[in-house]
Amino acid sequence: MAHPDKNAWSAQIFNHLVDAGVTLFAYVPDAGNARIIELADAHNEARSVLLTCEEEGVALCAGADLVGKRAVLCMQSSGVGNCPNFLSHVKGGRFPILMVVSMRGDYGEQNPWQYPMGQAVEPLLKAMGVLVFRVEEPEDLEPATNAAIAAAFRAGHGAALVLSQKFLGAKAF
Amino acid sequence: MTQQPTLDRREIVPQLFPRPQDYLIITGLAGSAKDGAALTNDGDNLFTMAGTMGSAVSVGLGVALAAPESQVAVITGDGELLMNVGALATVASMAPDNLTIVCIDNGCHGETGGQRGHTSRRTDLAVMAAGAGLPSTMTLSTAGQVEAAAKFLTEAPAPRFLVIRVTDGPPASFKRNLDPAACRLRFRNAYLKSALKSA
Repeated sequence: MAHPDKNAWSAQIFNHLVDAGVTLFAYVPDAGNARIIELADAHNEARSVLLTCEEEGVALCAGADLVGKRAVLCMQSSGVGNCPNFLSHVKGGRFPILMVVSMRGDYGEQNPWQYPMGQAVEPLLKAMGVLVFRVEEPEDLEPATNAAIAAAFRAGHGAALVLSQKFLGAKAF
Repeated sequence: MTQQPTLDRREIVPQLFPRPQDYLIITGLAGSAKDGAALTNDGDNLFTMAGTMGSAVSVGLGVALAAPESQVAVITGDGELLMNVGALATVASMAPDNLTIVCIDNGCHGETGGQRGHTSRRTDLAVMAAGAGLPSTMTLSTAGQVEAAAKFLTEAPAPRFLVIRVTDGPPASFKRNLDPAACRLRFRNAYLKSALKSA
């Protein structure tokens, strides 16, 4: 199965984020966000922030918002499981946290360890008040990216752009 | 830790921050939040938490990176810091020169009944912070060191990390605003207004 070109879609997401005023790209490394982070490192006004754990990124994005700046948190879906308590900043504090989540444990996954957390991503995000915008097909990317950015930075919500394995391609084992 | 702490957090914190208005201050939950609220009279340069244990250092790092012209102070506790101690590595890697972290170490979980914590056993947070790569770390344990600690907070190369070993006595008594959305707006609006003025 042919999957969309990673360099192209990463650039598309990155450009939309920069256009929306995002300057801090907090991340835990994943194949799904590697190119986005490279683009951030190469950009004059963007800065990447390597985290030890995804929950740090929720708090870091909240801190940037406290002084009127915009940040994004990029992570693999497993990392969503590290975030719930800190997402109280979203549900209780109405901090506009934006996430880019690259999926494991969904369409085509071959590693049984990945399914429990992968399948819990959406219920968990929804439980903590984060809106989910999924990308399954290449044509979903543009509208879902715009919708997630609008939900976070215009409407003041928590929002997650979720890149499914159907879109990304599943890792072979 | 061989010596019993003697310092009272309610006395030490104001001595270390004689001009709290010069900082954007982020505190964790429980005792550190009350100490921060008493220090600033729950001011609009203060964002305290009453949940999200472990997030103070990371919120402070976000503020420091996004407002490089401001001095940012994080006030946290030993229990809170240990819950997300990897954040110290993130701080060290980003190396913001406007971030000060003060950890009020009472060796216990004061908010939940004073249960003993790791720092009352074998854990040394200043050593952990140095190991994470923070360029300046200091432990304040006696009244005679307060002047040096105050100097450390303004002069040591940042990001800097100070541990204050205090007794397990109570934090400052202060009833602060517990509505996180209201506190977010208060802090944000005050910051943006002052940034506009100085622009």
